[in-house]
Amino acid sequence: MFAYVIKRFFSAIPTLFILITIAFFLIRMAPGGPFDADQALPPEMEANLRAAYHLDEPLYQQYYRYLSGLVVGDFGPSFQYRDFGVTELIMTGFPVSLRLGISAILIALIFGVAAGSFAALRQNSRYDHFIMTLSMTGISIPNFVVAPLLVLFFAVMLGWLPAGGLGDGGFQNFILPTVSLALPQIAYIARLTRGSMIEVLRSQFIRTARAQGLALRSIILHHALKPALMPVVTYLGPATAGIITGSVVIEQIFSIPGLGRFFVQGALNRDYTLVMGVVVFYGILIILFNLIVDVIYAYLDPKLRK
Amino acid sequence: MNLLFRINIILLFLFFLGCSQEQSVDTIEQIQVGGPSGTELAEEQILRIGNGSEPGSLDPHLSEGVESSVIGRDLFEGLINELPNGELIPGAATSWDISDDGLIYTFYLREDARWSNGDLITSEDWLYSLRRSVDPATMSSYTFILYPILNTREIAAGELPSESLGVRAVDQYTIEIILEGPTPYFLGLLTHSQSYPVHRPSVEAFGGEHTRPGNLVSNGAYMLDEWVVQSHVKAVRNPFYWDNASTVINEVWYYPTEDKSGELSRYRANELDITQSVPAAQIDWIRENLPNDFLSVPYLGVYYFGFNLLREPFIDNFELRKALTLAINRDIITDQVLNGGQIPAYGWVPPVIGYEQQSMVEATWTQEQREAEARRLYEAAGYSFDNPLEVEIMYNTSQDHRRVAVAIAAMWRQVLGVETILLNQEWKVFLDTRRAKEVTEVFRGGWIGDYNDANTFAELLQCGSGLNDQGYCNQRYDELIKLASIEDDLEARAQLLQEAELIMIEDLPLMPIYFYVSNYLVKPWVGGYETNIMKHDRSKNFYILSH
Repeated sequence: MFAYVIKRFFSAIPTLFILITIAFFLIRMAPGGPFDADQALPPEMEANLRAAYHLDEPLYQQYYRYLSGLVVGDFGPSFQYRDFGVTELIMTGFPVSLRLGISAILIALIFGVAAGSFAALRQNSRYDHFIMTLSMTGISIPNFVVAPLLVLFFAVMLGWLPAGGLGDGGFQNFILPTVSLALPQIAYIARLTRGSMIEVLRSQFIRTARAQGLALRSIILHHALKPALMPVVTYLGPATAGIITGSVVIEQIFSIPGLGRFFVQGALNRDYTLVMGVVVFYGILIILFNLIVDVIYAYLDPKLRK
Repeated sequence: MNLLFRINIILLFLFFLGCSQEQSVDTIEQIQVGGPSGTELAEEQILRIGNGSEPGSLDPHLSEGVESSVIGRDLFEGLINELPNGELIPGAATSWDISDDGLIYTFYLREDARWSNGDLITSEDWLYSLRRSVDPATMSSYTFILYPILNTREIAAGELPSESLGVRAVDQYTIEIILEGPTPYFLGLLTHSQSYPVHRPSVEAFGGEHTRPGNLVSNGAYMLDEWVVQSHVKAVRNPFYWDNASTVINEVWYYPTEDKSGELSRYRANELDITQSVPAAQIDWIRENLPNDFLSVPYLGVYYFGFNLLREPFIDNFELRKALTLAINRDIITDQVLNGGQIPAYGWVPPVIGYEQQSMVEATWTQEQREAEARRLYEAAGYSFDNPLEVEIMYNTSQDHRRVAVAIAAMWRQVLGVETILLNQEWKVFLDTRRAKEVTEVFRGGWIGDYNDANTFAELLQCGSGLNDQGYCNQRYDELIKLASIEDDLEARAQLLQEAELIMIEDLPLMPIYFYVSNYLVKPWVGGYETNIMKHDRSKNFYILSH
């Protein structure tokens, strides 16, 4: 198992390298530069700024410079947020996105799996239809609609929860963003779980278990749930990476200082280093989560362990 | 009385926290509660401002954009300050003399002015700061604001050392600034962040991190207390500010609020006292439900469509440009399409101090008359309903710009039969395309003035200026702008600029559409709030009424 993890880890390095290379040249190929503004800078000033950020060097030199920095963990200075380095920005944004994302995924997992299993056990019943309708609605309504509605109701009308911002980082500031982020995931996971649970419940070994007279509860918890979770786990890997690297929409609506906003603002401002930093970071996380998913897979499915 | 006493106690406590023991005696008397009447004040003097997006920098010489300026005006004070209505008043300088030729400005500094760490502010600080501001090593992108000061341009280009800047310390509390030529709007420039002072020991000790909480030493009414990127900036009262006695608000919080609907929600939930803007789609609702909070104030900016004069069909085709300009109904655009209180524009310069606004003669006509004239000119240019003009409007991607472009295309089609193609591009791509002048025909443009003077608009239409994407070049126009820049009689200068604007209106390299307004919300309990065309607010002028 350990050797497997190490092997996967090293095979990730070329992937990351390709990602960095493509991203580096793509962002620089985009028309417009970091210093473009409504009124063009006087040429002497623009030359000055370009030289200061080494943008006047040939592209391959800039690329080499960037890679050399990366090796020692230096993502370079931000063009847009000039008082901060990119590494520092990522390190301030990530913990917030992580906290928000992990809470949302946990909530989604608990409620999604419970609702999905419940619906599967009562397939085609009123409850099943109700849960599936509800989850279809959850998937279809985008969170930029749900979030403002939640804010309107719980913050503006009832005044129970803050409408936005991080405040002092307290629990109450995270409730609405977490719920908004989790809702579509709950819906998606519920549908996934239901589908695979129905399939598992029809399989031979469950029938055998039933024939042996085991209690339903024990069948579900000890035999059916594990295999039924396989598709959910597959989905969780990229979903978790996506969510914890920042949900742009939710972060904007709730003014949450996470990673997602840096990504969008960085791209719009042609903040080359910031965009690159977030891309590399995101890439590492995706690779990491895929690895974790594979390990969980191996745990859930003994056939894969060999 | 009870309340007053309590506030005093809090202030005293803050004061003891913020200063060392030997300085305490002489400052103690300055601390009182201001406002029209102490008893009307709320117990908690905290102001929370919705500030658009995250500030790019809190270093005044690196800051650009409205967000940084809003915070900068609270943290720093230039030689010149502004009243809430925008009028210029003494800031860090108590008074100044201007030499007869308008070239030398002598500023007499406040001898009681101190940095937020208690250090005295002397002419050496100003010398260092102004030089740093224009030094290419600082990497400022707004140095051109100080181009009127002798040698700035050469220093910015790296041809001269920053010590050659036209600034001189006469004595410990007097500095002289020497200009390239008389610049009647120079005092206004000194309210810009590019001219703010920075604390040399901190800059040298902390380098790029001198703007962090705990490191940043400033000279304004407030000092930086917290900065969590994308979350908030918090400033607290600077006990060493020379006018601290009249400051009422103790804490100012600035929140990045990119999402306008989110900002409105936070405002309605009483988490913000002032918003940066309002969502355009909800303006009617706001007018109806928050009439006492809603402000719609003229803003120093103009929205226009430029014509590319270097390409067909607009080269040497005045009739066509004029026809297109007259065919649009600006009242419909401002009242129905945008519905945000914008002011129809028939000239280039928005209402600024000491300048008589110019506009085309047709501004006073009825829309029917304008359209009839437009048809006549359109035909004179060789087009008709049967032989229509085909033209492309390019704009940067935004819902509002699209609505304006669609409305104008419809008006052109209805009045003249013009066939229009609409094309949008992402902002930076659009800037590149517009600047290249190779493929554009009609393009969207807008400009917000850097300072409250007609020159910030007039200079943009000179040959080769940074915003002249029309490729407009009129020798006489440039000459008048140049003459105005060295004319020290204010009235004669205004006349020169007005004459230049009339030339531009006769040439029509662009069609003005509307003058901007600033729409935002201010809670009724924010006392002392006054509007101004630059939207230059300073928290020290406000107080929170009990509510």
